[in-house]
Amino acid sequence: MSAFQDDGPLVQAEPLAGYRDPSLTPIIGPTMTFRTITEKISDIVLEMDTPKWWFGTMLVGLAFTVGLLFAVTVLFFKGIGIWGNNQPVGWAWDITNFVWWIGIGHAGTFISAILFLVKQEWRNSINRFAEAMTIFAVMCAGMFPVLHLGRPWLAYWLFPLPNTMGVWPQFKSPLVWDVFAVSTYFTLSLTYWYLGMVPDLGTLRDRAKKTFQQKLYGFMSLGWRGSSKHWARYETAYLLLAGLCTPLVLSVHSVVSLDFSVGIVPGWHSTIFPPYFVAGAIFSGFALVLTLIIPARRLFGIKELITQRHIDNMGKVMLATGLIVGYSYVEEAFLGLVYPGNKYEHFLIMNRMFGPYAPFYWTLVLCNVITPQFLWWRKIRNNTIVLFILTIVINIGMWLERFEIIAVSLTRDYLPSSWGYFKPTIFDMMTFAGTLGFFLSAMLLFLRGMPMIPMYEEKMLLPASDPHGHAEEGIFLEETEEI
Amino acid sequence: MKQSKKYPIYGIMAEFETPGAILKAAQTAHDAGYRVMDAYTPFPIEEVSEAVGFRRKDNRVALTSLIGGLLGGLGGYTLASSAAGVWFPLNIAGRPFIPWPMFIPVTFEATVLIAGLSAAIGMLIMNGLPSPYHPVFNVPRFNRVTTDRFFLCIEARDPKYDEGVVTEFLKSLNPTEVTLVQG
Repeated sequence: MSAFQDDGPLVQAEPLAGYRDPSLTPIIGPTMTFRTITEKISDIVLEMDTPKWWFGTMLVGLAFTVGLLFAVTVLFFKGIGIWGNNQPVGWAWDITNFVWWIGIGHAGTFISAILFLVKQEWRNSINRFAEAMTIFAVMCAGMFPVLHLGRPWLAYWLFPLPNTMGVWPQFKSPLVWDVFAVSTYFTLSLTYWYLGMVPDLGTLRDRAKKTFQQKLYGFMSLGWRGSSKHWARYETAYLLLAGLCTPLVLSVHSVVSLDFSVGIVPGWHSTIFPPYFVAGAIFSGFALVLTLIIPARRLFGIKELITQRHIDNMGKVMLATGLIVGYSYVEEAFLGLVYPGNKYEHFLIMNRMFGPYAPFYWTLVLCNVITPQFLWWRKIRNNTIVLFILTIVINIGMWLERFEIIAVSLTRDYLPSSWGYFKPTIFDMMTFAGTLGFFLSAMLLFLRGMPMIPMYEEKMLLPASDPHGHAEEGIFLEETEEI
Repeated sequence: MKQSKKYPIYGIMAEFETPGAILKAAQTAHDAGYRVMDAYTPFPIEEVSEAVGFRRKDNRVALTSLIGGLLGGLGGYTLASSAAGVWFPLNIAGRPFIPWPMFIPVTFEATVLIAGLSAAIGMLIMNGLPSPYHPVFNVPRFNRVTTDRFFLCIEARDPKYDEGVVTEFLKSLNPTEVTLVQG
């Protein structure tokens, strides 16, 4: 340290976020340099022999995807009668899965856009990973409403295309808003993800030794050459996309929630839905990011780039959003049980708590209200195994919540004569498990073929990246030894 | 290629090892009167962009995005209100054909979609990307630009360009290497 004290103020000019408070684990390991960051991340793609666990997991993912293909093929021939949906429960697992998957995606956009705007530097190492998750999750989500159409091959009717029948979509309906919201969300997420990856694809192109890799990454990197003029425009575009994705991430699940709250079914018809859905979406999304990142950082040996600090921070976000979700449950129960005047809401809550689906309700309270309370303890947030289990429990809880809202509300509405009971069929299960398999396979492909951590953004976190720092790469090492 | 016929040599490139060195080199070159040059870095360094002569007015990405967003919003609202009010009006209990609040979600989504795409595509077009070939790729060590090296290239189109003088000038900046860039 003493050797550098003369130009101390310069070296220390802009300390790394993680080092402002020495009690925190840094957001990037102390031995990292421009070169080691690049090697660490690009070698996973270019040099590493595909590990055995990758093939094993891929096989499982693909097996479930085949199940999905089978279920969908049967659906195309026989129609949605193969599912358990029937009057009065017209929306069941399919829409539950749609809402759940869309929600999962929200964490990616939250991490990459909102945390970027508020300059949370720790998001730099997990944003690409989370965005990939967003894209695959939205793909899975998009399948369900289309398959639920009855005649999925006419899905293009959802879009406002001029046609000889002179018929147009009903623009006053939230279902049409949903088409716009989800397709915009998917398009912009994909653009944002790809744009963010272009410089790193350039890195892969430059480091690739096999012709196939050179061609593939050369094509995908669009001829990126790191020109400082390009960087200036690039940064503006990236910032603008972050700014545009921020209201988008809040709007998508709000619009999804309007699908329900515009309807008059008790349990759907509620003004609290938009914020409640968005909080739940971020809650479940962060849980899934952790479910995937905890094993991935260990298996790929990137603990220096995704440190304990990231895990800890994500735990905190989960705690905060989990509390909002818990508050919404209390509010719903209050409206039904305590607030006078609405006997249908009262009946709905009683039905949820003590009706035929009561075990689901209490499981979801256990999963979504009780479980996140453990995250108050730093020890638990830092224990990756316990946290891993918590995240899975939370996602089961979030799925049950969607099911509880969508299907259980429909089983018993105003007319007792039309009450019913919903039971899923094997095809419901195969389709849902199939999307999980598809998601898993897509994530594995991404981890193998794309830079999973943004290299250039990681480099900007090093003190050596400050042109006024007079910091040679080595200084960083010595400066941080004591931490 | 027109440019390469006129200027068989694209420019002269110097390689540096640190962000500080490239910033100093770019500023010195600018002070020495060179104007047509570019720096190549593994990550964005705002001051280097300014030092090589990139000005605020050269960056029209935000304006493109704004125009795109306005057009998108206008298009979204027009689409919704035309479909519901003109092309396929449905009289449901005498409610208005064009209830504007119901069209806000679609208007919003269209605004964001077109603004975002304009920013992304506009940025690529203004940067001249995709461009699989560029003369700077002829420099053998240039493939380290995406890893950990910083390059400054004074181009042959610069009015003050003179091969010998520029080479000597760049060498005086303490680079790792100075290379002639074939056009």
